[in-house]
Amino acid sequence: MTLVMRRLERLIGFVLLVGVLLSAATVLLGGVLFLWRHGSTPVHYRIFRGEPSDLRTLLGVWGDVMKGSGRGIIQVGLILLVAVQLVRVLLTGILFLLSRDKTFVVITTVVLGLLTYALFYAGR
Amino acid sequence: MSALLFLALVAAGGIGAGILGALTGEGGGILLVPVLVLLLHVNLHNAAGASIIAVTMTSTAATVAFLRQGYTNIRVAMFLQLTSIAGGIVGALLAAFVPVQALMIVFGVALLYSAYLSFRRKEEAEVDRPSDPLAIRLGMESSYPTVDGWKLYTVQRVMPGSLLMGVAGIFSGLLGIGAGAANVLVMDQVMKLPYKVSTTTSNFMVGITAAASVGIYFRHGYIDPFLTMAAVIGIFAGALVGARLLMIVRAKLLRLLFSSLVLIMALEMIYKGALSAQPGG
Repeated sequence: MTLVMRRLERLIGFVLLVGVLLSAATVLLGGVLFLWRHGSTPVHYRIFRGEPSDLRTLLGVWGDVMKGSGRGIIQVGLILLVAVQLVRVLLTGILFLLSRDKTFVVITTVVLGLLTYALFYAGR
Repeated sequence: MSALLFLALVAAGGIGAGILGALTGEGGGILLVPVLVLLLHVNLHNAAGASIIAVTMTSTAATVAFLRQGYTNIRVAMFLQLTSIAGGIVGALLAAFVPVQALMIVFGVALLYSAYLSFRRKEEAEVDRPSDPLAIRLGMESSYPTVDGWKLYTVQRVMPGSLLMGVAGIFSGLLGIGAGAANVLVMDQVMKLPYKVSTTTSNFMVGITAAASVGIYFRHGYIDPFLTMAAVIGIFAGALVGARLLMIVRAKLLRLLFSSLVLIMALEMIYKGALSAQPGG
């Protein structure tokens, strides 16, 4: 493996580290806020009710964050974690682009396309 | 149960699932779902939603360590990811037209048999064979760290591996199960990669595969913030521990852990099959 590849792999590792820490910190912040207000309230998960509509869309989650909702902030952290996956595939593509590996640039681009499709359109 | 106690229990389950998920390259969903459903009485929908995010977390957190240690084979990962993710999308579209319950049993038996073969494989007793010419052309050959230093390895049967990954992708999309077990089995049994390369490369892949299904779970309201937060925090800690453990654990023990998880998965599939827990199902 070339030195360039090694360095780029490390760069991907670093971006993943930053992303995962940012996501975990956001999730934790939302969790602390939620527990601060509802820590002693009993929780029930035996029956599936489905999350309220505001926690099912990006705009809805953003609205909750603006109201300072702990649950909204947790969702942002989780969305961040998923976004990191898109960034990771994108960076892998750039890695192959820089090492002039056409086959893998094509493969990674298709993977990115399929991932984006599945994430935003599947099941609509 | 109060929110605080519930959080502690879910996080504890997450730590265990994270350690095993990172070690075996499966992601942790196989263990997390039964802990949530059977021990903590969480309904299957919310458990599946939390688990899909948890797998993304295991994959991301552990990949940081595995890339640094030099186990992950990114080329193999992306090549298999292509058919796996395409199969997953096709499978999800087919789910409405196919007798899913019957397929669960077929796939469960296939998984059990290949896990048995994987458990029995003795890498050190195998004769070194040259790589598949396609693997050489795609630059897949690489080396990985062992106790005796860096060791070169070959890559066998690339196209059969890729096709099988596509079939496994279709099944996982159809049945709403993770693809981690299939990743490891294809790399270990078909492509004959060293075990730790198979598990860490699978670990790289499962985060991307899981992320692809997050959208549908999110839109259907399966992802409960509090429950998922508790699982993700535990999984994060567990994955970091698991990633450090991988360097010192023997491949034989990993094979045992992996096969045990696949056994649990087969039982899970029968349970899920009886209750039909897919989105929209």
